Amino acid sequence: MNEALTLLSFGEHGWGDTIARGVLVTVSLAIATLPFGLLLGFVIALAKNSSEPSLKLAANIYTTIFRGLPELLTLFLVYFGVQIAIQQGLKLIGVETYVEVNSFVAGMVALALVFSSYASEAFLSAFRGIPQGQYEGGSALGLNRYQTMWLIILPQLIRLALPALGNLWLILLKETSLVSVVGLADLIRESGIAARVTKEPFLFFGIACLIYLILAMISSAGLTRIERWTKRGDAAR
Amino acid sequence: MTAAAPDTGLKSPVSSKRPWTSARITGHVLMALWVIAGFYLLVYLIGNLEKPILQTALPYLSGEWAEYARERISTYDLDSFLGRYWKQYIHGFVVTLEIVGISLVLGATLSVPLAAARASRWWVFSGPAYAYVYFFRGTPLLAQTFLIYYGFGSFRPALETVGLWWFFRDAFYCVIFAFSLNTAAYQAEILRGAIQNVVRGQWEGAYALGLSRPVTFFKIILPQALMVALRPYGNEIILMIKGSAIASIVTIYDLMGETRRAYSRSYDFQAYIWAALAYLMIVETLRRVWDRIEARLTRHLKR
Repeated sequence: MNEALTLLSFGEHGWGDTIARGVLVTVSLAIATLPFGLLLGFVIALAKNSSEPSLKLAANIYTTIFRGLPELLTLFLVYFGVQIAIQQGLKLIGVETYVEVNSFVAGMVALALVFSSYASEAFLSAFRGIPQGQYEGGSALGLNRYQTMWLIILPQLIRLALPALGNLWLILLKETSLVSVVGLADLIRESGIAARVTKEPFLFFGIACLIYLILAMISSAGLTRIERWTKRGDAAR
Repeated sequence: MTAAAPDTGLKSPVSSKRPWTSARITGHVLMALWVIAGFYLLVYLIGNLEKPILQTALPYLSGEWAEYARERISTYDLDSFLGRYWKQYIHGFVVTLEIVGISLVLGATLSVPLAAARASRWWVFSGPAYAYVYFFRGTPLLAQTFLIYYGFGSFRPALETVGLWWFFRDAFYCVIFAFSLNTAAYQAEILRGAIQNVVRGQWEGAYALGLSRPVTFFKIILPQALMVALRPYGNEIILMIKGSAIASIVTIYDLMGETRRAYSRSYDFQAYIWAALAYLMIVETLRRVWDRIEARLTRHLKR
């Protein structure tokens, strides 16, 4: 027991600071991905919700692809695909070099693609939960389409989509672990290194699992608070 | 279009022209991008198929055409990517199906007592079951797989004395073990949710009819619960297929593993494109089949 504590302590003899750095990377990757995923998901939901068939079809192809592919494969497609694309692009202007894509950025892009295709479904079903009268009411008040969307639809949309989006956030947090495969020094990778050096894999991967659990718990608590905040208008009724 | 109908003399309304709104333009541009992407896929495909096509066509060709075909086959390196790796891909495909199939069945078996424990009124049962489900749903599958594959190596002497080391030494068994435990947690939640979703009145009605509890459960509650559970079960299978790609990280040559091997040998990006097509095909087929099954099983609910 004491040995394990020494291994996990911070400072010279322990791996605490290494793992803490990994946690920081994991959390920052998830947080950095979130806004892009949400924005892209919202735009795709708008496209799916539009009356224009071609726009709808294009959005549906997007979600079919990124919901059907394993996240790991999406990550590889982005990681190697972008690398090759940049190299080909440079070749066109006469520069031949080897380019390595930053694994954090590749992970961000891949996770945002996956997250957005799921989030678009969440937003879409939230859109369907808003009655037509809300749009008509906005129009009756003389608001233009953007004002209606921003002032009337969006606040209700967030409330309706929040439970599904909360789940997606928890999934995103777990999926960041995949980016360790393309070399990002996240929680899983750092614990892997610690496990290999100390020959205590069960301890370190167990700790990694526990840290993921704690992150999930913190997120759940936060989500509950946000949900309560979005429902503060309901209580008065 | 606007010709008068002979019997009434009325003209049908002129169909209004759809204006080129910004939404329509964006939609068409995006669709054009998808079409271009699809076209590139076709080019890939034809590039891969050129050799077999020429070879099969050769006996039927004569004169200049035969000359051309023979030249193409011999002089160019037409030994295409798929020609070299299709066997590996098939093998990987089978391994993926094996992993997913076995894990799902084992997970389903394990999920029944787990769901029962989770729904139990005694905390001695419900507490551990809750902890189990929370752990496996709250941590990444990758971490769980590592914990079992690498982590259990810490207990090698103990496992050797119990005679279980052969099991935890093999990556394939470890992956099956990890995936089964993981999917059991998810399936237990699906099952419990579905059973608790059946309204109380169904239990009471059966009780009023004098049915025993087991009969009530198996003949009345379970069929209704499974109807509700059908969709989440389908989603869980799809999640499992996608999640099984993780097996490639611990040295299993499943579809993803074979793909990574093919890429590391050929440095040809096609490797990932074909894997993507294969996964999309599996998932889409399953989704469609599942929709059919669901439509069939819930046909009595349709109005």
